[in-house]
Amino acid sequence: MSAVTTRVDSGPSARSTAQPGSDGAPRRAFVEQAMGLPVSVHVRGDVDRPEVGTAVDQVWGVLHRADAVFSTWRPDSELMRLRRGDLCAAQVHPWLAEVEQLCVDAERRTGGLFSASFDGAHHDPTGLVKGWAVERAALHLRHVPGISWCVNAGGDLLAGAGRQAAASTWTIGVEDPRVPGSVAATIPLRVGGLATSGAAARGAHVVDPRTATPIGRDGSATVWGPTLLWADVWATALFVDPDEGAVTLEGADPAYRSLVL
Amino acid sequence: MRRITLWALSTLTTLVLLFSYHTSTGGSGTASAAGTSVQAPAAAGSGTTDSGTASTDSGTTDSGTTDSGTTSGSAASKTYDGDTVQTRWGPVQVRITVVDGKITASEAIVYPNGNHEDEQINSFALPVLNQEAVSAQSASIDMVSGATVTSEGYLSSLQSAIDQAHL
Repeated sequence: MSAVTTRVDSGPSARSTAQPGSDGAPRRAFVEQAMGLPVSVHVRGDVDRPEVGTAVDQVWGVLHRADAVFSTWRPDSELMRLRRGDLCAAQVHPWLAEVEQLCVDAERRTGGLFSASFDGAHHDPTGLVKGWAVERAALHLRHVPGISWCVNAGGDLLAGAGRQAAASTWTIGVEDPRVPGSVAATIPLRVGGLATSGAAARGAHVVDPRTATPIGRDGSATVWGPTLLWADVWATALFVDPDEGAVTLEGADPAYRSLVL
Repeated sequence: MRRITLWALSTLTTLVLLFSYHTSTGGSGTASAAGTSVQAPAAAGSGTTDSGTASTDSGTTDSGTTDSGTTSGSAASKTYDGDTVQTRWGPVQVRITVVDGKITASEAIVYPNGNHEDEQINSFALPVLNQEAVSAQSASIDMVSGATVTSEGYLSSLQSAIDQAHL
């Protein structure tokens, strides 16, 4: 996918136009189109140190690589080539095996509410790959001294701190799924992941793996906790079945909280 | 001064229903009966989850007080425009006004309904920002999350405007 970068070069002169955050601390944003999504990285603290720009470039690199491996929209991705038989399992990127195993784990832990193989035909890890890829990419931000950071990949969020640095609070506005453009709730996120699953306006629908039919209900489920990967998985599970999902989540991993709208 | 670009519609009825001006205070933004399932906090601090509780606001889409296009010097009020994002109803572009690091207003400046230019274009405005008693926390939205953020133009454009404010 072509990359559309709207990032300014680092340097004090470029920073003069940036608006500081509400607490007065310096804040800087980077934006890139990756995995078919707008991805934003915001950093606070020592935002001008050169490691920041380097780490952000590495974040984009991981996301682009993940797209090249996993995209079901690109016929030349390793996943699609594997499906067609152009490549065999031994030839493809080891990430594919890692994600496939995570999908197996996710299906088991969610009691089948999340599944990457609901139609029995194709293994489609798309629902898990985004959160997984963002976490891998954000490892680079964890090595940058003196910053706290938050990544927003099309509504999937991951926040944390750099090396020997303190985390900061990011106020997340969760969209009201029934009133586009309005915020139904705000959730403070310091460290961890936050994801929202719900009825998409177009494109991929969330499918109930138990019936292999799309969820017709509106609304959304937001889950936040230690990792974005599992926040993503559980948000999907809770949107599929809010009641059963909530019970399963509470038993499986009480570190995660949820909000169902 | 930015011109508001008007776009023709193919499904006017759908759009009117979707963007109709909500005047009731009770209605649109409250949590459904499915309820908020808030999990018990982690007993042994195994994770580094410093996650707080959610605060739910009812969705009143009152008229905003934005003065579009102004960047007054003394009050340090600045406006930022997000990317124009295509939705199934047409393009949407969001402009936010930031004062002292807080978003004080948010509005759609490219409105997909070409026949409703006299309607409240602030029906897109974030209701939490336009309430009388807005807490300091809710006025400073740092990021947005939604299931439809990749499909619906508003959140993408709002996040884009927030990004622009910090580039």
